[in-house]
Amino acid sequence: MEEIILAVVIVSLIGLIIGVGLSFASSVFGVKKDEIEEKVRECLPGANCGACGYSGCDGYAQAISKGETQNISLCTPGGNDVANEIAEITGKKAEEIKPLVAVVACKGNCNVAPQKVEYSGIKSCKAAHLMMGGQKTCVYGCLGYGDCISACDNGAIFICDGIAKIDISKCGACTKCINACPKGLISLIEANKKQAYVMCKNKEKGAAAQKSCKVSCIGCGKCQKECPESAITVENFLATVDPLKCTGCGICKDACPKKCIDLLMLIK
Amino acid sequence: MKILFSILLTGILTENFVLAQFLGICPFLGVSKKLNTAMGMSVAVIFVMAVSTAVCYPINQFVLGQKYAYLQTIVFILVIAALVQLVEILLKKYIPSLYNALGIYLPLITTNCAVLGVVLLNVSQGYNFMESMFSSLGAGVGFMVAMIMFSGVRSKIESSDVPEFLKGLPITLIAASLVSVSFMGFSGIVEGIFL
Repeated sequence: MEEIILAVVIVSLIGLIIGVGLSFASSVFGVKKDEIEEKVRECLPGANCGACGYSGCDGYAQAISKGETQNISLCTPGGNDVANEIAEITGKKAEEIKPLVAVVACKGNCNVAPQKVEYSGIKSCKAAHLMMGGQKTCVYGCLGYGDCISACDNGAIFICDGIAKIDISKCGACTKCINACPKGLISLIEANKKQAYVMCKNKEKGAAAQKSCKVSCIGCGKCQKECPESAITVENFLATVDPLKCTGCGICKDACPKKCIDLLMLIK
Repeated sequence: MKILFSILLTGILTENFVLAQFLGICPFLGVSKKLNTAMGMSVAVIFVMAVSTAVCYPINQFVLGQKYAYLQTIVFILVIAALVQLVEILLKKYIPSLYNALGIYLPLITTNCAVLGVVLLNVSQGYNFMESMFSSLGAGVGFMVAMIMFSGVRSKIESSDVPEFLKGLPITLIAASLVSVSFMGFSGIVEGIFL
């Protein structure tokens, strides 16, 4: 009996000494955390996606509390709710965040885009891109090896008919896939707004673009002429739509001979 | 001196904690993806091993003794956890850059069985204080050697075409076992040098 009591006493004494020592050490050497930083960190979503431009949610919270940035509306996954919460804590004014989603600007799936070679190397877009721009005849198109899929934390990207597609409901607009794509095909566009979007990045001359894919932009300029808002410009044989001017009327979509302009309405 | 050196070499090569005794496999597989994180983790492990041996040895010698030897495990866990906590507090205050670099690895060491293992093994081998220190230093350096070697192996795996069903952890475990087999070649080498 005595044995057991002594053993318990020894262990609890050691525990007590250590506990007291630790609490003493933390009160003497402890670094006080900023209250604002902690509160801001709590209302951030914790995805650590880096869309705000900081190393993660901790980094952004620190930047806000230290006054490194005045902009409290940088968190796109959190959206307006988070920005308003931070505004309450810091007393700064939140700008309205328009929800964004990522979109892959390529429609050249296996049915319409021919292949120039059979690629059998490492199954990665970056590696395939280094080999003469990949297996497709069109060197601007999606290679479909899914570098963006492995970059995406939300599992929002999937491959359909050899090109990447994005599940809008899951997309957090964190920009990770944008950096992963060696072709630079992915970009963020405003959600919940009807707008025309050129689903191609092919900068080849008309005839070459014609050969490389059935749904490539040949730079014919028909959409540019037809657009009532003059929102479309053709540069390097590639049309681009200015999202600020576009009203989503759909005239360009009907005018496009190659059907590479889509009228997007991405509900989020 | 000869004994100390042979203890050190034994810890690094023949009785390598990770590759021969299979202790501390969690950080070995978890943080060996990149060389710099592997280095950070190893340095932290060496440090904590040395400090915890230095503290646990007198506790075992003067408080526990032979009579309460059965309390070793629980007391050592307590001491190691507290030490890691203390180191964390001190680093945060005085060397925040190192604290940020080590990041999550520091608290991870609390649950690293290699640290507890080295302390318990020192006791069961009946080492004196200097021998214990050298043994834990050897164990720490051995951990580092294993981590660095394995991070090199893993970076090779990253760029090779692994069959689909082996991707990820399976191929890592296979590679770890092969590296471990390679360390069997060291068996007997230390005894051969010194005896």
